[in-house]
Amino acid sequence: MKPQSRLPHSTFSTQRGFSARCGLRLKSAPLALAIAALVLISPSGARSAEISDHPVSSGYLKGKIEYCSYCHGSSGQGYRGYYSMPRLAGQTPEYFVNQLRAYAERQRKNKYMYSAAHGLSPTTRSALARHFASLHPGANEHGPRGHTGEGRRIYQEGLPDSNIPACAACHGPEGQGSGQNPRLAGQLYAYTQKTLANWTAERTSGGATSGPAGIMEPITRNLSKSQQAAVAAYLSTLK
Amino acid sequence: MKLINATFAVLILATSAGGAMAFDREPKRLGQTFADTNCSWCHGPSLQGFTTAPRLAGQKAEYIENQLLSLKSHKRDNPLARQVMWGPAATITPEVARELGAYFSTLEAEAANDGRRELVDQGQNIYQTGNPAANIPSCAVCHGPDGQGAGAIPRLGGMSYTYVKRQLEDWGQGYHASAAFPMPAVARQLSAGDIEAIASYLSFVR
Repeated sequence: MKPQSRLPHSTFSTQRGFSARCGLRLKSAPLALAIAALVLISPSGARSAEISDHPVSSGYLKGKIEYCSYCHGSSGQGYRGYYSMPRLAGQTPEYFVNQLRAYAERQRKNKYMYSAAHGLSPTTRSALARHFASLHPGANEHGPRGHTGEGRRIYQEGLPDSNIPACAACHGPEGQGSGQNPRLAGQLYAYTQKTLANWTAERTSGGATSGPAGIMEPITRNLSKSQQAAVAAYLSTLK
Repeated sequence: MKLINATFAVLILATSAGGAMAFDREPKRLGQTFADTNCSWCHGPSLQGFTTAPRLAGQKAEYIENQLLSLKSHKRDNPLARQVMWGPAATITPEVARELGAYFSTLEAEAANDGRRELVDQGQNIYQTGNPAANIPSCAVCHGPDGQGAGAIPRLGGMSYTYVKRQLEDWGQGYHASAAFPMPAVARQLSAGDIEAIASYLSFVR
């Protein structure tokens, strides 16, 4: 993994004046701490998400890619079944591999994904991550339109009074993600909304408080249901 | 089988003859009026299904609408659909398809209970968890943990063993081109034993 992708503030340094704007906004100590923690934890807290270069037999990999697509939609575009299966196309490989491991180790609790992930070797997880990262995320069914304005404001600027940092600080001004911070742009509204709402419940205590997931825990707690829905709606419109 | 074919032929004639209905006078009850006169011949008086004709009661509205339109356009092409449903579906307008879906979805569904009980555990396991080693996904993620369906995805809980088994077999043989991704591909991966087990389990789900 490239070093700059571990540091949110440098990853998106192309966004002019970002540090200065953050500095102005971070008047409250807890929020400053949260950002500091976020910068510190990202490089060292989570176990490294190494993407293996080892080849996997093409027939086996093809079968697994198809297996993923049965639920996550053809070309990994995401699918709304009884549950909402997130879009995988364009996802960052580091995040992808991390999540498969979290499911397999039951830090992120989901019986379907446990079943799908626990038998996959690290090499296969890496090959799947590279495959889905290479797919282009297409247009998506948008969430409720009325909320996108508020969602954009929360995403781009945060809510200093509620100790919510700007989501764009880590996930990128266009929601493109980087390294272990997932791509959010164009994600299914129902998936993002549910993931924010169930953040803590979906993770074991260790899984919820360590690494990047630990950064998100207080953020999801401090967002109201309607604010979570607004952010999810905004993200669904990003390309 | 000849007798069954003859029976179907009679029923199709009957339904076709009654196809143009006087339902225009009661637009609010269009679905029910049409169903009482046409569908209940084969699908049972309370639309709970009968032998090879699937239960319609409690089915998802959007699914019914899609299926009727794909039967009408001959996209749904498995042998029994071709034989039994292409005729009646020819007379169905998009409005009737929508109204029938809306009506069926309001009816209480009963479980068919016609599967093999000794296969229920095996079927439940495949339905809920899939078989990752064989690249078979969990059915529950799309069809719901109790087979309740979602939107255009059909309700499966309590559907008859006969019907579910035949549908899965037909897809495995390449029929039913209208089925949305990924059903034909998933069905091809299922063994005959998997299919019997899944169909048995679903027939008892309430």
